[in-house]
Amino acid sequence: MLVSLNWLRQYVDIDGIAPEELAEKITRSGIEVDAVIDRSQGMTNVVVGHVVSKEKHPDADKLNVCQVEVGEGDIRQIICGAPNVAADQKVIVALPGARLPGGVKIKKAKMRGQESNGMICSLQELGVEGRVVPKAYAEGIYVLPKDTVPGSDALELIGLRDTVLELGLTPNRSDALSMLGVAYEVAAILSQEVKLPEIQYQTVSEKAEDYIKVSVEAKENPLYAAKVVKNVKIAESPLWLQHYLMAAGVRPHNNVVDITNYILMEYGQPLHAFDYDALKSSEILVRLANEGEKIVTLDDQERSLKAHNLVITNGQEPVAIAGVMGGANSEVTSDTTTVVIEAAYFDGFSVRRTSKELGLRSDSSARFEKGVDPNRVLIAGERAAQLLAELAGGEVLEGTVAVDDLDKSPARVVVSPDFINNRLGMKISLEDMLSILNRLQFDVEAANGMLIIDAPTRRQDIKIEEDIVEEIARLYGYDEIPMTLPEGNEQIGGLTPYQAKRRIARNVMEGAGLYQAVTYSLTSDELAQKFALKAEDTTKLLMPMSEERSTLRQSLIPHLIEAAGYNVARKADSVALYEIGSVFLGKTEDELPYEEEHLALVLSGKWVDHAWQGEKLTVDFFVAKGIIESLFEKLGLTDRISFEKANVDGLHPGQTAAILLDGEKVGIIGGLHPIERKKYDLKETFVAELNLKAVLGAEVEELVYASVPRFPAITRDIALELDRSKPAGEIIEVIRAAGTKLLKEVKVFDVYEGDKMEAGKKSVAFSLTYFDPERTLTDEEVVSAHNKVLKALTEAGAELR
Amino acid sequence: MEQQLKQLEQEALAKLQAAANLKELNDVRVAYLGKKGPITDLLKGMGKLSPEERPKMGALVNAVRENVTAQLEERVAVLEEQAILEQLEKESIDVTLPGRKVRQGNRHPLTRVIEEIEDLFVSMGYEIAEGPEVEKDYYNFEALNLPKGHPARDMQDTFYITEETLLRTHTSPVQARTMELKKGEPIRIICPGKVFRRDNDDATHSHQFMQIEGLVIGENIRMSDLKGTLDALAKKMFGDDREIRLRPSFFPFTEPSVEMDISCFKCGGKGCNVCKHTGWIEILGAGMVHPNVLEMAGYDSKKVSGFAFGIGAERIAMLKYGVDDIRHFYTNDSRFLSQFHRTEG
Ligand SMILES: [Zn+2]
Repeated sequence: MLVSLNWLRQYVDIDGIAPEELAEKITRSGIEVDAVIDRSQGMTNVVVGHVVSKEKHPDADKLNVCQVEVGEGDIRQIICGAPNVAADQKVIVALPGARLPGGVKIKKAKMRGQESNGMICSLQELGVEGRVVPKAYAEGIYVLPKDTVPGSDALELIGLRDTVLELGLTPNRSDALSMLGVAYEVAAILSQEVKLPEIQYQTVSEKAEDYIKVSVEAKENPLYAAKVVKNVKIAESPLWLQHYLMAAGVRPHNNVVDITNYILMEYGQPLHAFDYDALKSSEILVRLANEGEKIVTLDDQERSLKAHNLVITNGQEPVAIAGVMGGANSEVTSDTTTVVIEAAYFDGFSVRRTSKELGLRSDSSARFEKGVDPNRVLIAGERAAQLLAELAGGEVLEGTVAVDDLDKSPARVVVSPDFINNRLGMKISLEDMLSILNRLQFDVEAANGMLIIDAPTRRQDIKIEEDIVEEIARLYGYDEIPMTLPEGNEQIGGLTPYQAKRRIARNVMEGAGLYQAVTYSLTSDELAQKFALKAEDTTKLLMPMSEERSTLRQSLIPHLIEAAGYNVARKADSVALYEIGSVFLGKTEDELPYEEEHLALVLSGKWVDHAWQGEKLTVDFFVAKGIIESLFEKLGLTDRISFEKANVDGLHPGQTAAILLDGEKVGIIGGLHPIERKKYDLKETFVAELNLKAVLGAEVEELVYASVPRFPAITRDIALELDRSKPAGEIIEVIRAAGTKLLKEVKVFDVYEGDKMEAGKKSVAFSLTYFDPERTLTDEEVVSAHNKVLKALTEAGAELR
Repeated sequence: MEQQLKQLEQEALAKLQAAANLKELNDVRVAYLGKKGPITDLLKGMGKLSPEERPKMGALVNAVRENVTAQLEERVAVLEEQAILEQLEKESIDVTLPGRKVRQGNRHPLTRVIEEIEDLFVSMGYEIAEGPEVEKDYYNFEALNLPKGHPARDMQDTFYITEETLLRTHTSPVQARTMELKKGEPIRIICPGKVFRRDNDDATHSHQFMQIEGLVIGENIRMSDLKGTLDALAKKMFGDDREIRLRPSFFPFTEPSVEMDISCFKCGGKGCNVCKHTGWIEILGAGMVHPNVLEMAGYDSKKVSGFAFGIGAERIAMLKYGVDDIRHFYTNDSRFLSQFHRTEG
């Protein structure tokens, strides 16, 4: 909403307060002022001129040499290129020395050999937005009425000596979508009165009801009123009206249309003017449209209607879409003499639906959508009749033809002052509360310790006690609210065990050298299931903005690989990222997908690079696995985790494992397949993903101290010759199973595949530690335990070396 | 013989001095003091002496022997020290060369901001509540006083999955779910999480972003409690000398609703480009929980009241760290992420 202060001044006294100060007060008390716009933009030396003569420029086809009187007897030659310049016009002249918006300075100049002492201006050159300039002057200079005086201040005349406040209105404050609404707000802030327009006009003896009948067949239209005005002379509106409209961001058309727009802005009540003769009937019938019914709207588009759209008809065919746009068939034209003014209340939901369906949002629909003031509908119609008589020479017929079932009663709110103070944590006196409510012009009575309030119907947002709390607080001043903390806390705050473990998981990843990444939950359909631990039905958006962000992911790995590619493309020689985020699987009973929190990582390129020491290590499977193992160790799960060779699409078939917790798959780890690496220009790259929900959710035993060993441990080494494909993990399992409780630890300390081995074989050496916390082991005991292991290994087909 | 002894002593001492290292010194020791050395020979030859000469000679030999041994030990000490010094000299390094740094990663800046806020509220007795990113229309809108067809829920802003399910547009549905779960009991929660809006990604918009919302419900929760809580938050995130101000605003789920500004941390309120020359920076939206929201979740709005607030983690991080483009948070450039490693304050 753009609020011209010149216009606002008609209703409320704002003299003696600077625009910026007013804006600050309005903002602090409830309506945000987004901008304070000085329409004069510091312009100087812009005056009214009279074009005494116009000659063609001798050396330029498109230029004219004009003699322009810019003050009594002060005639200057000005070159003008506008197509619409003509002798005897009153125009706007920027004299030499003038400063115009956009840093333009006017100087004496020669144009193709002819002297020019200034510039004849278009409105755009004076900083008026092109879209609000009347069509007649959109492509040329602006022409003033004949009776304007040369040499006088043109800016004053065209309303540019004005300041406009741009309001950023929240949906609840639709009352401020009108000058009067803003006036009430400003009056409340400044403790001023509101001066309402005086509505008086003469009527002729003919009766409106003899011209038109009104009937309504839809509950969406509880009030429809028509006024008839004859002998209207269509013309340009007076300057002041045009410039008020332009300041409000509305383009002037002709007096009839401008009057309806003026009242729209003044009262917030949309009106519509029909050409009576073009209606071709003496009847207005409001009804729901027939499915597929057609109407050509004012913008010359044919619209096909649905059965829930509300239309105004002449008894037969639609002449307007209620509250949204008029029909071309009944439009006011330069030939119109008799107009029917519609002042109506249309249901907001209905208007909103229709305007959305048709893609037609207008100043009118915006106001109906939010609910207009029921008590202003008829007044606005009267105001229109008055202005049509005053400004368009119309003769107003007696009476208003109306169907009126509209509830115009105010909302009553009963609230106690204690409630207000308790809710705010303040001690505002009853007197102060009453004073504020009076300033707001709320009807208030204090009785039996309660405030009985009838809120004016222009304030549709006031319905409940809390609304009154807000009104009191915002005008009393939010700065006056003290600062306290909530009392009576019985709750001890904290993280859940899961949340605490998740932070630990982050610490482990970061301690291992990985940065935390955050990527998007939405991905392409193609990537949605890639690398998924368990692919299930995907969740897709109804209307995605792009294919790339159309489906919810089931694995974090694809976006981490993308991020690795992004870094490598920017010359990073080492990438180490992890992410914790949800994946979206299938559908649960309540129609939502099952959301599972995962942790994933990507490692690419160099891992260790101690350059001058010559120590370098590129990432490999075991770097990635070591990080995952560290996490399990921290979580106390080491003994319950196993790795099993696996195949995953997109991963290296020989370097991929499933990660099992208590035998259940909770993750994958592996090298990125060379074909996948190529897509992002990646070198050695390893990824892993864990079902974090399962991993952090696994209950572990309480931590209990075990005595520090007082007796020596005894180690025995075993070297085995194995098939190359035999996983060492399986051998460890065999050793563990066979080892008695004296066997405390099994470590791999050497793996050899090479020349000295038979083809297809490898040598793996294990170190076994035997230990008893209670005493020193005897040789016999160790031998006996170790023999059991050796026997089991032989039985398992391992060959001792 | 005495003459001989003196000469031996001179010789031994000269050789001791001449020995350049421990090995040569040892050779001298063996040569003169060893079992086959001349001094031992002399002792052995003492039997030939007369009994009265014997003690005299014995004392003399012992004196020589002790003197040589003492000198030897002294010499050993000197040479040992010299050897250590040589070793140390050899082992000397250039201490200005870089060390073997341990690789370390760090939190994403958004997590850093969120954890900082979580910790503040946990210390004030809050719990952390989380909920699904895919939500029901009911929890995302209806339970928050945003019935279907409400002007404030524009289809344009929401990613719908079906007519009844959507990607949550704020973390408020977690509040609605918590209220439903707590069945009328007091609540103090903070709800961090990812949220989604239909926006084209650019320098200031992101279709996915992070929010942190707070909710307190109990008997006699007042707007002054909200103000005091937000003041604590502002000071924690932006410094102890920050001031806050509340401005009236509108959210369907709160009444009254406010927006909170903090005094500009860059210019202190004088006006600069960060605060758009107003001295104040808009930080978050908040308000007193709307009675409809309380009633819908089964709370008696006559008996309890509450406040709620919502913060954009990106906005906080952008202001706090001076980040100029929201997309930085989602491209995961290591050169960006690694800047959020060190501690502050
Ligand atoms: Zn500043």
